[in-house]
Amino acid sequence: MHEAMVAENIIESILSQVPSKKGRVVRVVISCGQMNALNDEAMEFAFEAAAEGTICKGAKLKIKHIPLKAKCKTCGKKFDYDLYEPQCPRCGKSDFDIGEDAPLLLEEIEFEVH
Amino acid sequence: MRIKIEQKILAKNEDFASANRKYFKRNNILCINMISSPGSGKTTILEQTAKALKNKLNIAVIEGDLYTEYDADRIRKTGLQAVQIETKGACHLSAEQITKAFHKLDAEKLDVLVIENVGNLVCPSDFDLGELRRVVVLSTAEGDDKCAKYPGSFAQADVLLINKMDIAKHVDFKISKAKRDARKLNKQLKIFEISAKTTAGMDKWFNWLLKSCKELRK
Repeated sequence: MHEAMVAENIIESILSQVPSKKGRVVRVVISCGQMNALNDEAMEFAFEAAAEGTICKGAKLKIKHIPLKAKCKTCGKKFDYDLYEPQCPRCGKSDFDIGEDAPLLLEEIEFEVH
Repeated sequence: MRIKIEQKILAKNEDFASANRKYFKRNNILCINMISSPGSGKTTILEQTAKALKNKLNIAVIEGDLYTEYDADRIRKTGLQAVQIETKGACHLSAEQITKAFHKLDAEKLDVLVIENVGNLVCPSDFDLGELRRVVVLSTAEGDDKCAKYPGSFAQADVLLINKMDIAKHVDFKISKAKRDARKLNKQLKIFEISAKTTAGMDKWFNWLLKSCKELRK
């Protein structure tokens, strides 16, 4: 359940960046990669709990899962790397260059001023 | 009003991790983050490593557990320095905890620092501690399907120690399957088959440690 710590970090970041405490956060967009993937349900649950008692209470959380890009060394095909079935969708070989995994990112928030 | 933030969520952990890594590199300390399920034999592996290498390498251990000093006590009995971190329920160690725990050790002439992470194949893999190498331990009793089921831990490791090989046949562990799944995730992964109890196969692990320390000092 490290989603709890991720949620606390999100709330902390938001609170340090909102333009004014007089308002509320209605939407939060975060993104993650494949290695650091978050479980959506656990993340939503943890976020709701961490938001309690702050201006983020009730905000909708959107979680974007960013694919990991790979390029087959045999046939050159570029594709989204599947951690569970890592092979080239064109030639079936499993020798490729893998790009950098997307970090856990707080992308943007939607803020309503009262 | 939409506000772009574009900030790394674990930025604070990453700041501590890079500072740790810088320190370990500058001081030639081979810092290893050891990850596995509870009960895979991490502490026994370290006890045997201490016995075999304590005259060749200066090793210290940071132990991570939810509760108790049990593991640090076991390590101290072998003559090594050990610091226990009790996470009080948290499922992983953070880089900041490592910075603090490290200050309690005598770092003079240290060759190797092993961080024995909280027993958990899921969460610790997301938290960079600033280690220079990552070692994942899988014991045969857990089953040969774990590499595929918990890819994050295996995909990001440098070494896989498959422990409890002495009981593999009694628990229907197929070494070829485990190795195939692990290699699929990670082409560079070094795999050593060991039994920390009988010490069979441990030589290769000891040699890897000695070699890695040498490379670091170059």
